[in-house]
Amino acid sequence: MDWIELFVSAGFWAATLRIAAPLIFGTIGELVCERAGVLNLGIEGIMTMGAMAGWMWVYQDGSLWGAVLFAAMVGAIFGLLHAIFTVHLGLSQHVSGIGITLLASSLSYFLFRMFLPNSTTPPKITPFQPVDIPILSDLPFLGEAFFSHTPMTYLALALIPIAIYMLYRTPIGLATRMAGENPVALEAQGINVLMIRTGAVVVGSAIMSVGGAYLTISAFDAFFFGMINGRGWICIALVIFASWKPGRALFGALLFAGLDAFQVRAQQLAGGDIPYQFFLMLPYLLSIGAMIIISKRMRYPQALLVPFRRGDRI
Amino acid sequence: MANLKISNITKRFGSLTANDDISLRVDEGEVVALLGENGAGKTTLMNILFGHYVADEGNIEIDGERLVPGSTDAAIKAGLGMVHQHFTLAENMSVLENIMLGTESLWSLKSTVGRSRRKLENLSKEYSLQVNPDAGISELSVGERQRVEILKVLYRGAKILILDEPTAVLTPAETGQLLENLKMMVTSGMSIIFISHKLHEVLEISDRVSVLRHGAMVGEIATKDADKAILAEMMVGRKVTRPKAEKLEPGASIVELKNITVTGAGKAADLLNDISLEIRQNEIVAIAGVAGNGQRELAELLSGLRSWDKGEFRYKGEIVSRANASEFLRMGFGRIPEDRHHTGTVGEMSVWENLVSENLRQDPYWKFGKFIDFDANRKKAAELIKQFDIRCSSMETPARLLSGGNMQKLILARTLTADPNFVLANQPVRGLDEGAIAFVHEQLLAARTKGAGILLISEDLDEIFSIADRVCVIYHGRISQLLEVRKTNIQQIGAMMGGDMKAVA
Repeated sequence: MDWIELFVSAGFWAATLRIAAPLIFGTIGELVCERAGVLNLGIEGIMTMGAMAGWMWVYQDGSLWGAVLFAAMVGAIFGLLHAIFTVHLGLSQHVSGIGITLLASSLSYFLFRMFLPNSTTPPKITPFQPVDIPILSDLPFLGEAFFSHTPMTYLALALIPIAIYMLYRTPIGLATRMAGENPVALEAQGINVLMIRTGAVVVGSAIMSVGGAYLTISAFDAFFFGMINGRGWICIALVIFASWKPGRALFGALLFAGLDAFQVRAQQLAGGDIPYQFFLMLPYLLSIGAMIIISKRMRYPQALLVPFRRGDRI
Repeated sequence: MANLKISNITKRFGSLTANDDISLRVDEGEVVALLGENGAGKTTLMNILFGHYVADEGNIEIDGERLVPGSTDAAIKAGLGMVHQHFTLAENMSVLENIMLGTESLWSLKSTVGRSRRKLENLSKEYSLQVNPDAGISELSVGERQRVEILKVLYRGAKILILDEPTAVLTPAETGQLLENLKMMVTSGMSIIFISHKLHEVLEISDRVSVLRHGAMVGEIATKDADKAILAEMMVGRKVTRPKAEKLEPGASIVELKNITVTGAGKAADLLNDISLEIRQNEIVAIAGVAGNGQRELAELLSGLRSWDKGEFRYKGEIVSRANASEFLRMGFGRIPEDRHHTGTVGEMSVWENLVSENLRQDPYWKFGKFIDFDANRKKAAELIKQFDIRCSSMETPARLLSGGNMQKLILARTLTADPNFVLANQPVRGLDEGAIAFVHEQLLAARTKGAGILLISEDLDEIFSIADRVCVIYHGRISQLLEVRKTNIQQIGAMMGGDMKAVA
């Protein structure tokens, strides 16, 4: 295989999509929280929890779609916890988020061990299988690259237009964005800011938790330690990269995933000439570069990180 | 249409009674002005009316029906509409989005953007409040933003419009436009509560004036029976006279700016463009203008906090080569910053620490030039507290607990005790009550008599015309030529503040 061939191989593009899917869930989930004005650093832990919960559901003979719902529910509970701390009590979003991450990831490993005290190699489940989209999957190249994926991958892609519609075309989306821009304005129109923010954090956390579950019930078939491996933090960066816009989040996730898929293949191509760590580093290095470029015209939600108390500043 | 009846409202915050047994009636098609100084309880009363606070006692009726306390939603549904003093708009969103917020059921699956846009366009035609529905709020001027706020209220079908200090941020021309618009709304049957402390506006627009002082309603008067003097006395509770400047011959040049330019970041317009200005001994030069036209940059420049890109800066005839705040202080610059809470004082530090904070490393307050001499500093602070009548429970009190007037006295004491040659007074009386305003003006005039040159940055033309000797207008980073205050008038300066620099005679 040669360098050019790599980019025109259907396998490369299919891998890109597979790597991007959990990032899309995570990024959209985080984006929903941040649009309402709440940074959710609990994402890394919530994704770990989702990965464990989803996998465990299937391992206990639950259905695959049931596992998705279960993961969302577990994520929502941790989101609610974060919302109580940051929205209702107005505590530091950073501290609460990191606390949630530590709690949720430790708890998921702990529960995993509780249920499976004796297994040394992680047991396996039967994950989602690829579904060929009729007709489209028969297309040469495109079919293999884009139309032969698991249902959860399609769900990730469908999430983007849904998020765009909800945020920009519905009253609740407008209220959510306003909660992140100027909560006082929301209050002045008789809408409960705390409720909107809580709702956004709960829904966002549920979505990111599903992103975690993707890894154990769609991409792989087992849960193991260090599963999420910083994907949550990547999502935090992707939200900024996307300037808090869902469409750009898709682009960012695909870009990062593409680099990741590339580095795996580049390691093989380069053989021993270049240390493989160099390629491992590539996606992160380029992400940092992209962030530096994009940061110049960034428009933060104006009330991000700012707690809201009724009666303040009105 | 609607009438509003507020009966016996009392609201306490801890030991402070912000509203004490207040009653107020507004009839259909009537404009009632609510007059009072800062802290008199006007905003608290309106926040109760609008459901942001719940009153401890009393109740509110609209058209004979009791308003549910503590519910903004109920207030809006009953026909109340409030234009807040600080706009409640999201800068990153469009006009239409800001207006549509809260007008539809949160759970409906689709926003009716098209219908809302038509409704907005009709409203803006009906009340001649022009605005582009798709413009981002950040692109709009302050006057336009206020138009959006008013449209937002009209859009929700308000019958009783409450305007909290609506003209605080407007130029005189924009104010005139606003008052015209309001009169038109009244003729179509709307009622208005106009909150202000500007007497001439109150006299122009209202039918009736209610005056609040220290949280209590002190009187009500039909506007046709009132004049400025009567209202001022009702508002303050005694006759106040602001000091007037006596004529003094200006002396030698203190600060001279020649063609100073401060460029903006990136492609932004110059923050200060070719500014030339001279301040001499024994005179007060005023810079009039609406906030955000370069005043902050000019103030930073003269405090040594900002450097300049082009031009010449002279102090007593000597060229100043670079901006350096502590160097400026040593040379004899004094400054009264615009924001007394954030840049004027350190809130968590005690009154005495704040009082001596500009004497760093000066004898005799420092031992060996390195260590604080607590006794000497406290002694000096005690003198200043007495001399400037700073009311605080002790000099160890954190500065943030002082009232606005006392905080300003602290800053004045610190600045003027050093006998500065030049004083930068940036909005020195903003938000102060009449008594404190008179005190600040007296102190500035005393410094002028002693020989200081003073630059007064102000939006308040009454202030400028009572104490300044010369005045110029700042607009979009440029300044007009200096005019003798005696030879100009408020209308002319007002027109120039709106950008009509040709009004210069």
